Amino acid sequence: MSEKSHDPNQMTGAAMIVRALIDHGVTDIFGYPGGAVLPIYDEIFQQSEVQHILVRHEQGAGHAAEGYARSTGKPGVALVTSGPGATNMVTPLTDALMDSIPLVCISGQVPTHLIGNDAFQECDTVGITRPCTKHNWLVRDVNDLAKVLHEAFYVATSGRPGPVLVDVPKDVQFATGTYHPPRKSDVHRSYAPRVKGDATQIRKAVALLANAKRPVIYSGGGVINSGPEATKLLRELVEVTGFPITSTLMGLGAYPASGKNWLGMLGMHGTYEANMTMHDCDVMLCVGARFDDRITGRVDAFSPGSKKIHIDIDPSSINKNIRVDVPIIGDCGNILGDILQVFKAEAKKPDIKSWWQQIAQWRARNSLYYKKSNDVILPQHAIQSLFEATRGKDTYITTEVGQHQMWAAQFYGFEEPHRWMTSGGLGTMGYGLPAAIGVQVAHPDSLVIDIAGDASVQMTMQEMSTAVQYELPIKIFILNNQYMGMVRQWQQLLHGNRLSHSYSEALPDFVKLAEAYGGIGLQVHKPGDLEGAINEMIAVKRPVLFDCRVAALENCFPMIPSGKAHNEMLLPEQANDAATAKAFAGGKALV
Amino acid sequence: MNQPASAYFIEDRHDPNETHTLAVLVQNEPGVLARVIGLFSGRGYNIESLTVSETESQKHLSRITIVTTGTPMVIEQIKHQLDRMIPVYRVVDMTQTKRSIERELAMVKVRGQGEHRVEALRLADAFRARVIDATTESFVFEITGNTDKINQYIDLMRPLGLVEVSRTGVAAIGRGPEGM
Repeated sequence: MSEKSHDPNQMTGAAMIVRALIDHGVTDIFGYPGGAVLPIYDEIFQQSEVQHILVRHEQGAGHAAEGYARSTGKPGVALVTSGPGATNMVTPLTDALMDSIPLVCISGQVPTHLIGNDAFQECDTVGITRPCTKHNWLVRDVNDLAKVLHEAFYVATSGRPGPVLVDVPKDVQFATGTYHPPRKSDVHRSYAPRVKGDATQIRKAVALLANAKRPVIYSGGGVINSGPEATKLLRELVEVTGFPITSTLMGLGAYPASGKNWLGMLGMHGTYEANMTMHDCDVMLCVGARFDDRITGRVDAFSPGSKKIHIDIDPSSINKNIRVDVPIIGDCGNILGDILQVFKAEAKKPDIKSWWQQIAQWRARNSLYYKKSNDVILPQHAIQSLFEATRGKDTYITTEVGQHQMWAAQFYGFEEPHRWMTSGGLGTMGYGLPAAIGVQVAHPDSLVIDIAGDASVQMTMQEMSTAVQYELPIKIFILNNQYMGMVRQWQQLLHGNRLSHSYSEALPDFVKLAEAYGGIGLQVHKPGDLEGAINEMIAVKRPVLFDCRVAALENCFPMIPSGKAHNEMLLPEQANDAATAKAFAGGKALV
Repeated sequence: MNQPASAYFIEDRHDPNETHTLAVLVQNEPGVLARVIGLFSGRGYNIESLTVSETESQKHLSRITIVTTGTPMVIEQIKHQLDRMIPVYRVVDMTQTKRSIERELAMVKVRGQGEHRVEALRLADAFRARVIDATTESFVFEITGNTDKINQYIDLMRPLGLVEVSRTGVAAIGRGPEGM
């Protein structure tokens, strides 16, 4: 601190920011310096409690903070400068908003007297980020800064978690004011998210569950956000009721993939048994999920014969897409606890043997079937091999967005929450590599793997340099088919096989690229070499780019075609030209 | 169901639209109106009328009255989306409570001579509109009432030389002793 004073709470705005981070238990932040945040960087330089990870692009800082948050349950923190620094944060902020990830972004702003003047590196940061944050603040007075910072952490982490941004003009960073530690009155009186579920609604829910003949539990990312207690209670509820359980992309790991009641993921690329169970059930318990359009398929044909119970902390998630019978607003851990208590006291395990027999028949369709080859690596096989090689290890998986992401969700079995970091709502290509960096920073001794596609990974490839700088041994496992696979799949299915700009005619040599960054490059072509190469990748304690050359034209099935319902899935063995053409209204000449 | 080739499920919604008046109590702080309006434009909701003013200055509270249209499901969404904003204290659906009074104020400028002028004054009297400015060839009327009454008055002024109208938008309050 440049100005010493007898009152230890008198300090500059820049010092307050670092102090607030420490007071909120922040040990690592991700950022990129620039003119409007130099005073903060000066403070960071003069302390050692908060470690700063220098990224190569602000988007990387945002995704790294998301990965950090998702893998720890703590808020991720990013620090960026004004103007382009802030606009580069728009994608990760939106991503975090869609997936309910607690993120605190601190951005520099031009001095207050220049705001509105089109000053150098000025932009209307709070205006631009208003729709992509849970809340944001522009701090014009240094004496408001402590309150705003504490409120920012509270808003980001409470209720439905989400990203927040605090915009701090440079003169406010320089100015001296009074800091105070976090206190209750820092928060808007108008903000009080509901935690406890309504007792009457909980009784209604238990009555439905106890009398269910064909029940299903459909869980989502909310269970993971709620914390370890919610996961424990969800597992207990499955045990106590004997109900089948499926999950959204964001909810994977809350119930173990090896659990006997596990149906696999549901939705567009979910398993046949999960989607059929959803469609034919008579009671659906939705916990911390939001009936997203990738989940429901055709809305008016979604699970037509069921009574639906919906537990969500965000009232705006209730009845948004699907009308439910018993909404319960509150924290899902809290509510699951109440439901369990009432269920155990008043109900007994319903007899659903015939329902399980029905499910077994759907399971027997083996909807994740694919044909292995001795000549070429099938992407599904690559994920399975990766899963086998890392089974039992302390592993975290991130992904980019596309076919590889869906295959990872289908073929990698998650046993625990917080182990799976993926961009679900926004579908951000380029998320996985920086997210892996964030995860590795939080878990330095764990195995962190980004399951990537050749197209996605190039969007944030520069962060390899960050990984090398901080000796973060992340593994970038690229399923390289030279296509934007999911784009191509849709073009094949819906746009007459006109592959408009979905093929990368030029790709970098990923092995040389890895070496250029100072990492390790590996490349595999043959199925026989896969296992050995994966083991080599795991053994290396440095960042690795793993170029896994896979079958170029493989597509991701099963699949709910557009405009169809859960019981109209296209299964892999049916995915021949004629059946696909029939399933896709509007589809023309196919593959 | 036939739909064009799309990665999204495209469906036609046929639920009829309803008009609702919402009263929103917010913390009066910079950007709060932008947040509320941004929510409407960002999510594709309609704003038919918007009125906003600070109502309790010591507590820094402002009251926003919004008239909006949408299907029942959309109206429910709008209320929840508003309610979860950090600076929003309360959202009350004045239409749903059926116990509310809605008023609007309009200033109506009419230009004319002779019989038109006399007729305008006569109608103003019938509608309890006041003359707040007059020249030898014009009047400005002030009229208060619900939206329908004001629309009707403006329609009547049209053939009599309507020049322009300035309206406040709808303000609403519940009947009876209870506050929102």
